[in-house]
Amino acid sequence: GPLSEQRLMDMKLGQLPMWLATCDFSPRGLLGGVQKAWSSYYDKYINVKRGGPAGISMLLAGYCLLSYGWNYQHISKISFLVSI
Amino acid sequence: MNLSFFDQFASPCLLGIPLILLSMLFPYLLISPQDNRWLSNRLSTLQLWFINLITKQLMLPLNKNGHKWALILTSLMTFLLLTNLLGLLPYTFTPTTQLSMNMALALPLWLATLLTGLRNQPSISLGHLLPEGTPTPLIPALILIETTSLLIRPLALGVRLTANLTAGHLLIQLIATATSVLLPILPSVSILTALILLLLTILEVAVAMIQAYVFVLLLSLYLQENI
Repeated sequence: GPLSEQRLMDMKLGQLPMWLATCDFSPRGLLGGVQKAWSSYYDKYINVKRGGPAGISMLLAGYCLLSYGWNYQHISKISFLVSI
Repeated sequence: MNLSFFDQFASPCLLGIPLILLSMLFPYLLISPQDNRWLSNRLSTLQLWFINLITKQLMLPLNKNGHKWALILTSLMTFLLLTNLLGLLPYTFTPTTQLSMNMALALPLWLATLLTGLRNQPSISLGHLLPEGTPTPLIPALILIETTSLLIRPLALGVRLTANLTAGHLLIQLIATATSVLLPILPSVSILTALILLLLTILEVAVAMIQAYVFVLLLSLYLQENI
């Protein structure tokens, strides 16, 4: 219905569970969702007339944060009491 | 001295799922999709200019048959460049520090150049084993030496890339550890070490780009001999 056609960013918080129920969670649907998210980001921040370094920098900062999250378990175990 | 300095090179795993594939696919996001417009966005223009530059540079010494290799060499160059540079960001994982990956890139491509040469022009390819103008008594020794040098090429290609990147990352980590440990004890020495760290990071950016270029350049040179 009209709910599934609205974008995620235009949702109100209370409508979120209903929107999730209309989502397509098959691998193809998830891939389509990722593709849509990426093209929205690309068209908003990078594919603009007078873009600057901001679009790519946000992407790289997100990648750094993601890598930090992946490595967190390992990093938290390093002790800073190194006796040289 | 703890041995945890090498842990940054361990292949990342989340709940048992190897994440190296995602790390290898991320550079693909940074390459803008081709737009058939006349004026694309600034990122596309920049990347297109760069790809044209390296393709021209690589394809100049090759003959017409060698131009079939343009796609694979240019995409290899882009991939290595982006992967090396992305590895310099904090907390990221560089797939090219893994010897397995670099050997998987170097060995098949070198073998392809060798087999192309042996298939299409066998006597010329074998003729490369003996440089011009060698004195006759030296010929057997020189053939052996040149064969060894030929067979060691893939190993050299892979290990060169691995060793350069691994050594750079290790140095950065060591000097950064020294800086942070020295900060409460001797702030002046710590600032000096921080300056060295800055210079080292600039060097590592240069090394990342140069190593990618050298890898692809050497492959194109091996191709030149054989095509």
